[in-house]
Amino acid sequence: MSSRPRVSVPATAASGDIIEIKALISHTMESGQRRDASGNRIPRKIINAFACTFNGEPVFSCAIEPAVAANPFLSFSARVTESGTFRFTWTDDDGSVYEAEEAIEVS
Amino acid sequence: MIQATRRHVLTLTAGAVAAFAGGAIGIAPARADEEAFQAAIRDFTGGVEPQAGRVTLTLPDAVENGSSVPVSVAVESAMSDGDLVEELAIFADGNPLPGVAAFAFTARSGVASAGTRIRLAQSQTVVAIARFADGSVFMDSRAVEVTVGGCAA
Repeated sequence: MSSRPRVSVPATAASGDIIEIKALISHTMESGQRRDASGNRIPRKIINAFACTFNGEPVFSCAIEPAVAANPFLSFSARVTESGTFRFTWTDDDGSVYEAEEAIEVS
Repeated sequence: MIQATRRHVLTLTAGAVAAFAGGAIGIAPARADEEAFQAAIRDFTGGVEPQAGRVTLTLPDAVENGSSVPVSVAVESAMSDGDLVEELAIFADGNPLPGVAAFAFTARSGVASAGTRIRLAQSQTVVAIARFADGSVFMDSRAVEVTVGGCAA
């Protein structure tokens, strides 16, 4: 299954601004609670962690349980004081790591 | 006498309905037991009793579909060295598992606020608990009515 990440970061900001970041990834987030037609439990397979860094420094991260909805969406904030790059990572139960990055110009 | 008999029948019918409802509870989505819910919160707080205030949990009072319910949290904090929210966790007392998500903030977060969308298996209470760097713990909670549970979503 393809897991396509999408992030929204303002292109520019003034130094000291607190900006809002939105991050979404397409993923079924199979909870491990459902059963198939034969009554067998469908194994859990979710995005279990998300992290955001700015120029290598941690900004925000999240531990995710099966109670987070399919196509997990996260919004959070960051204070920016210099131009740089946000990096985003999503970790799948199967070990896959999906990545995205966005640059911001800070004046 | 006829009236009394009729009343008797009505009483029996009410009893049968109640018994049926009782049976229906048996097939409702699995609910994490109260002990598991309290244990999950204790693990997060380290046993510190949460205080009311500073945390604002926002989610709808009622939703038709529990498969994707918007939830957001905001914590009053300067988010600098002396006054920093380290982590905020969301718990749900009517889901199969009590944990929902745990947000870790840093001084670079600017403000301790976040949002996501969650699954709610049935009507229940959602709790948000923030752990500060100084060891204090604050919480907020909201009851939400769910028409169709989100477990199978």
